[in-house]
Amino acid sequence: MARMVTTRNKVISTAAAWLVGFLIFFPILWMVLASFKTELEAFAIPPSFLFFHWTTENYVTVQERSDYLHHALNSIVIAGGSTLIAMLIAIPAAWSMAFSPTKRTKDILLWMLSTKMMPPVGVLVPIYLIYRNFGLLDTRSGLIFILCLGNLPIVIWMLFTYFKEIPKDILEAARMDGATIGRELIYVLTPMAVPGLASTLLLNLILAWNEAFWTLNLSTLEAAPLTVFIASYSSPEGLFWAKLSAASTLAIAPILVLGWFSQRQLVRGLTFGAVK
Amino acid sequence: MKNVFCAVAGAASLLISAPSIAQTTLTVATVNNSDMIRMQGLTSEFTAKNPDISVKWVTLEENVLRQRVTTDIATKGGQFDVLTIGTYEVPIWAKKSWLVPLDKLGADYDVGDLLPKIKDAVSVDGKLYAAPFYGESSMVMYRTDLFDKAGLKMPESPTWDFVVDAAKKLNDKAGGVYGICLRGKAGWGENMAFLTAMSNSFGARWFDEKWEPQFNSPEWKKTLTTYVDLMKQAGPPGASSNGFNENLALFSAGKCAMWIDATVAASMVTNPKDSKVADKVGFALAPNTGLGKNANWLWAWSLAIPAGSKKVDAAEKFIAWATSKDYTKLVADKQGWAAAPPGTRTSLYKNPDYLKAAPFAKMTLASIDAADPSHPTVKPVPYVGVQYAAIPEFQGIGTQVGQQFSAALSGSTTVDAALSAAQSATEREMKRAGYLK
Repeated sequence: MARMVTTRNKVISTAAAWLVGFLIFFPILWMVLASFKTELEAFAIPPSFLFFHWTTENYVTVQERSDYLHHALNSIVIAGGSTLIAMLIAIPAAWSMAFSPTKRTKDILLWMLSTKMMPPVGVLVPIYLIYRNFGLLDTRSGLIFILCLGNLPIVIWMLFTYFKEIPKDILEAARMDGATIGRELIYVLTPMAVPGLASTLLLNLILAWNEAFWTLNLSTLEAAPLTVFIASYSSPEGLFWAKLSAASTLAIAPILVLGWFSQRQLVRGLTFGAVK
Repeated sequence: MKNVFCAVAGAASLLISAPSIAQTTLTVATVNNSDMIRMQGLTSEFTAKNPDISVKWVTLEENVLRQRVTTDIATKGGQFDVLTIGTYEVPIWAKKSWLVPLDKLGADYDVGDLLPKIKDAVSVDGKLYAAPFYGESSMVMYRTDLFDKAGLKMPESPTWDFVVDAAKKLNDKAGGVYGICLRGKAGWGENMAFLTAMSNSFGARWFDEKWEPQFNSPEWKKTLTTYVDLMKQAGPPGASSNGFNENLALFSAGKCAMWIDATVAASMVTNPKDSKVADKVGFALAPNTGLGKNANWLWAWSLAIPAGSKKVDAAEKFIAWATSKDYTKLVADKQGWAAAPPGTRTSLYKNPDYLKAAPFAKMTLASIDAADPSHPTVKPVPYVGVQYAAIPEFQGIGTQVGQQFSAALSGSTTVDAALSAAQSATEREMKRAGYLK
């Protein structure tokens, strides 16, 4: 009897998981489907789900009109660069706050988080002027810098919470055995924190990849990443959903593939510490 | 160290001695509208004639572009050499000296050929500050087959009473056809463009001569009541989230008997590739109430040069090419006359080939002629602009008021409450901006 209930429970929970998964995935699926429709079909009410005239015309148009590779390369450099720099700064910062906290550590953490509470448009003009004067407008390094600063609070917070889960005693034991700070960081802390590091890295990469405010406002042509590529396909006068969907599908493809391959690390990282 | 020095010196001397054509790269910021995309595709024709100039395009969605370009021009960021701006921006930016006056477009440019209303809309104190690329007004597009079936005849210049009656008669919800489709989505360029133009035909105005907001006037009440009642009785469901594109899709799919919107839609709804009703569309002037003003607006996407640009000569050359008569002919040669950018030049409307290819041409021209940005409504106003008031504060105020009116349409507030909220919001903003004491 108990077995039967278990099987039934399993079936129900599996079906529920699939249903929730499908619901969450549906907008992406819809976007991919719309990218293969004609503009009129993409706008049609009621919409057709699978039985429409499939066409790759939108992808051809998008390829002809924009330089996808240029934008994709910019996205990779900007998202990758800002993530790496943020990690290099955040790991020592989170380590020191997690293992040698002071009276002010909590305040510092809160202060860092508070910088995310202001809408970015509030500082657009001052940042724009600074960038203009330093020649950073429309440069990859300028975008790497601003995205790194923008994401740093989240990265430090995430790493801090992961590091907090690691028992201090293990690090103390390593110290007792004569490990230097460097060795302690590399050989003891890092292997234990790999899932946390990996998920922080990936989340930060996704945040930087999708960041649209600064990348749209501080880039023009040379440093323009995929967000600018997508924004060029929206129009208030004329049907554009199919072409926009094709552009968006191309824009999210790389990060989707990356997420697919690293999902195991991501899930481990996000549930890290939950089963202790 | 010595080797490095030699290498650098060698490279430098090579660079100096190499014969070079000074290449000017123009960065053009534009919107994603079909006429602009067409121009982008034809750029090679310009660069072939001007080998010393290369052109790069930044295409953005209208609102993103507006924010991007405004930030850049206000901070003198110098990211763009040619800007695509509307008739709303031109007078404001010209007065702030943010734009270069376009007085060197060449002898054969023929400024006199520009449609007078459009030319006035992009000029300040008689000086041209932007060259119109395409112009538009708004008009009634209606289904000739449905009108014939119902025994109705659309006058060339219908009254609102006629439009309201016809919409109610033609409304066939069971058959999936709505009497009329109008904009309802909140935004200064969305529902407020339509409603401001509509209010002009009812004799309403945004501000009196002393910048006092006028939403408490009987004219505004009549405008909004007519609109909300009409849409409730004969409009599509969920109209408060419909903008140009949603209505375009509805009309193209044969779900609207009438649609009042931008004249530029005419070429889309008569294109058999995108429209199911391509051969059944008629055109008429936007409605009036007999007060002498029709409910049509005026807009032109235009090309301008930001002040402080270091490439003014090349930018002027490009603008002169893109907005010339020759460019119109180039588009016609390559893609047919129907694709020519409309609403900017008198000569286009005298061209028999164009008139033949574009059945909506006559009504587009009549609509543009019927709009007057300097005298948009019946009573005098202190502002310029038909469907907007060309002051920097209007974008914010217009959107706030648009939200109130959209709520009245959806039924979440009443017409009276929406008007009184619009009045107090506008008063507050105008006081804050210093127009009122």
